[in-house]
Amino acid sequence: MASGPREKFDNNVIEWVDSRLPIFTMLQKEYGVFPTPKNFNYFWNFGAILMIMLGIMIITGITLAMHYTANANLAFDSVERIMRDVNYGWLLRYIHANGASFFFIAVYIHIFRGLYYGSYKQPRELLWMFGVTIFLLMMATAFMGYVLPWGQMSFWGAQVITSFFSAIPLVGEEITVWLRGGFSIDNATLTRFFALHYLMPFVIAAVVALHVWALHVTGSNNPLGIDVKTKQDTLPFNPYYTIKDSFGVLVFMLFYVGFVFFAPNVLGHADNYIPANPLVTPAHIVPEWYFLPFYAILRAFTFGVNLPILIGLAITAFAMKPFFSNKTKEEINLKTVGITFAIAGIFFLIGYFSQYQLESGETMILGGSFISAAFIDAKLCGVLAMFGSIAILFVLPFMDKHPVRSARFRPWFRIATLLLVLDFFVLMVCGAKPAEGFWVPLSQVAMLYYMGYFIIGIPFLSKFEPVLDLPDSIHQAVTQGKTKKSVKKKA
Amino acid sequence: MKLTKTFCTVLAVVGLIGFSNLSYAAGEAEELPDMSWEFEGPFGHYDKAALQRGLQVYRNVCSACHSLKRVRFRNLEALGYDESQIKAIAAEYTVTDGPNDEGEMFDRPARPSDAFPSPYANDKQAAYANNGAIPPDLSLITKARAGGATYTAALLHGYEDPPAEWAEKNQLLPGQYYNKYMAGHVIAMPPPLAEGQVAYEDGTETTVEQYSRDVAHFLNWAAEPELEERKRMGVKVFLFLLAFAGIMFAVKKRVWSDIKGK
Ligand code: HEC
Ligand code: HEM
Repeated sequence: MASGPREKFDNNVIEWVDSRLPIFTMLQKEYGVFPTPKNFNYFWNFGAILMIMLGIMIITGITLAMHYTANANLAFDSVERIMRDVNYGWLLRYIHANGASFFFIAVYIHIFRGLYYGSYKQPRELLWMFGVTIFLLMMATAFMGYVLPWGQMSFWGAQVITSFFSAIPLVGEEITVWLRGGFSIDNATLTRFFALHYLMPFVIAAVVALHVWALHVTGSNNPLGIDVKTKQDTLPFNPYYTIKDSFGVLVFMLFYVGFVFFAPNVLGHADNYIPANPLVTPAHIVPEWYFLPFYAILRAFTFGVNLPILIGLAITAFAMKPFFSNKTKEEINLKTVGITFAIAGIFFLIGYFSQYQLESGETMILGGSFISAAFIDAKLCGVLAMFGSIAILFVLPFMDKHPVRSARFRPWFRIATLLLVLDFFVLMVCGAKPAEGFWVPLSQVAMLYYMGYFIIGIPFLSKFEPVLDLPDSIHQAVTQGKTKKSVKKKA
Repeated sequence: MKLTKTFCTVLAVVGLIGFSNLSYAAGEAEELPDMSWEFEGPFGHYDKAALQRGLQVYRNVCSACHSLKRVRFRNLEALGYDESQIKAIAAEYTVTDGPNDEGEMFDRPARPSDAFPSPYANDKQAAYANNGAIPPDLSLITKARAGGATYTAALLHGYEDPPAEWAEKNQLLPGQYYNKYMAGHVIAMPPPLAEGQVAYEDGTETTVEQYSRDVAHFLNWAAEPELEERKRMGVKVFLFLLAFAGIMFAVKKRVWSDIKGK
């Protein structure tokens, strides 16, 4: 790191340390004078907010661990002791529990920012992938943390989520037993989840360090999505962004504190105040709100892959081929693509409805069970789609070849992405509802949009979305007020 | 801008539809009545008189079947009782202690540091005495049910005759009762309250509704004894952060004043 030539510090102590380990030089370089685009909007506050949240979670978490007992017979009572007998135990616990929710609120906004302004694109691909890794680790950490109070939702949530793995062919059962540390959710599950829940935040901290390191190699993106060209485009991080971040963090804290003190259990589920009972299944097992969209994707698969759907998938892949090739948009015949998609769609519909028929036992107008029976069953499809919906974020930088980053200059991408946000909320609502009636097809349509956005939308837009004129520089755009799209097509 | 506006509107609509009942009401059960509580809202606090009446209802009625194992007698200080009163209340209960020097378990009057004892020796006995249903411990009941205190109060006066089709089909087994607020409408708790059952000393009316309200108020305290302190602290923390954020905003404006548009 900063081991090159170094400027002397006036303070003797600092200078003594810095000449032996140039940590102050590094801080000065990375957070003092670090050149930062001068046109950030408030979406750029969320990185700092996430840092603070991680700190809060680690500090409150360690303190809670001092009073918590990871034993299936004692865990629930130990949490209640924290709430009632430990000095300010209720405060620690509510900060930590609501902190998880606010951590996710912040990370979802942070990810949206990256998506909308094209921060995932060249040269920030690796930075983005570290981010997705953090997101995955956060999900694992939050899931295991929710198990620790050993209430009804803890227990049954763990039951449902670990059983996903049993969908894996051949080794599924073994993996599930291995994860649970036994044939059922039990003391062994609780103790290992506690150990891992304690460990993971430090792994997250390490990946955050890599994330920020990568950020400081490429420098930040900005709402215009254009590269920094001259010194005029940037400001030193301190004081401009230290101040702006402090303000942003405080506003975020106002919302957070509102929940901690005035509605500490609104984001949780009442059933988790009932001690875990393996003999009583709750009427509705629902995950934490931040997992709902992915849970909805999982449950959207009331159908599996059968022969017609497999054929449909193959035709879709064929239709998408030109979008992943070097062909220019003139060389792609949209009409052919459209027809191919329509054919694929017909196969999907046949596959979908024939399974529906098979299940409801109605007369088979579409051939026997050989054609309609799913060979990749619904459960496995759901699990694959759920993990796939996150995994796809890893490869996003390599699927989006459009030269423009920011949605401000990509009107088509902008609409598609805003619809994705809407879609995400629709999925969230579907995930909370019982998987019946109207909610099933709705979640299926929403799931299709989510997948379609990435698999079809992004490659399609890469080729066909017009490239607009971009401002020459950040400085010019800011001074001349040309921060919004200058809808002039490049000839 | 137009797009952003449309987008925000649609988002708000989806949000309202979706989140208004995210913890979807259990489907079959009746919508809860509208009740307001002194402890609601950012400045909410418990009503000591109501808490004392609620304790009285719990002790005279509910404690026959329900434990309150996370509440200790000394906690009753929060209800406005002094040490000698608490000692007297505790002494009315008997707890098993031991083993003594001779290795025997023995019974003694409860002390302020003891928790409310359970009416049954174990779950088996509790189930046996109640047609197979175990009366849940009440220390967390308002947190453990959607609807909280309102649900608890409503449940206690939500008993009704079952609808005609139920009666025809004999859908209720012996020991089961029809309650419009219980999920599935079937509850194994016999209607616990009757008018005039508990003699209030402060002249408050002795109706089932009033008893229900008071005991639910008390149970909310049992579940969230920190509520008053929490809200008081919350107001301070919130105001502090608000002021701090305001100052930071002003500082930010100053620091940035020579930058924007240059
Ligand atoms: C005769 C014994 C008895 C008495 C007295 C009694 N209960 Fe119950 N209670 C039960 C039983 C049994 C259940 C379990 C019902 C079930 O699971 O169907 C129960 C369940 C409950 C529930 C939980 C209902 C639910 O949503 O699952 C609450 C709340 C409750 N009682 C409150 C009270 C209160 C408050 C009092 C005092 C006014 C009281 N009970 C008096 C036996 C009793
Ligand atoms: C613990 C969680 C995380 C922490 C603490 C964190 C921290 C940060 C910080 C401090 C920044 C710089 C400030 C900013 O631009 O907002 C940043 C930038 C960034 N983060 Fe994260 N992050 C986290 C999770 C994620 C996730 C889950 C993703 C994506 C899936 C992600 C993607 C990015 C990207 C692409 C940038 C560069 C943004 C730009 O320059 O436009 N981060 N992160």
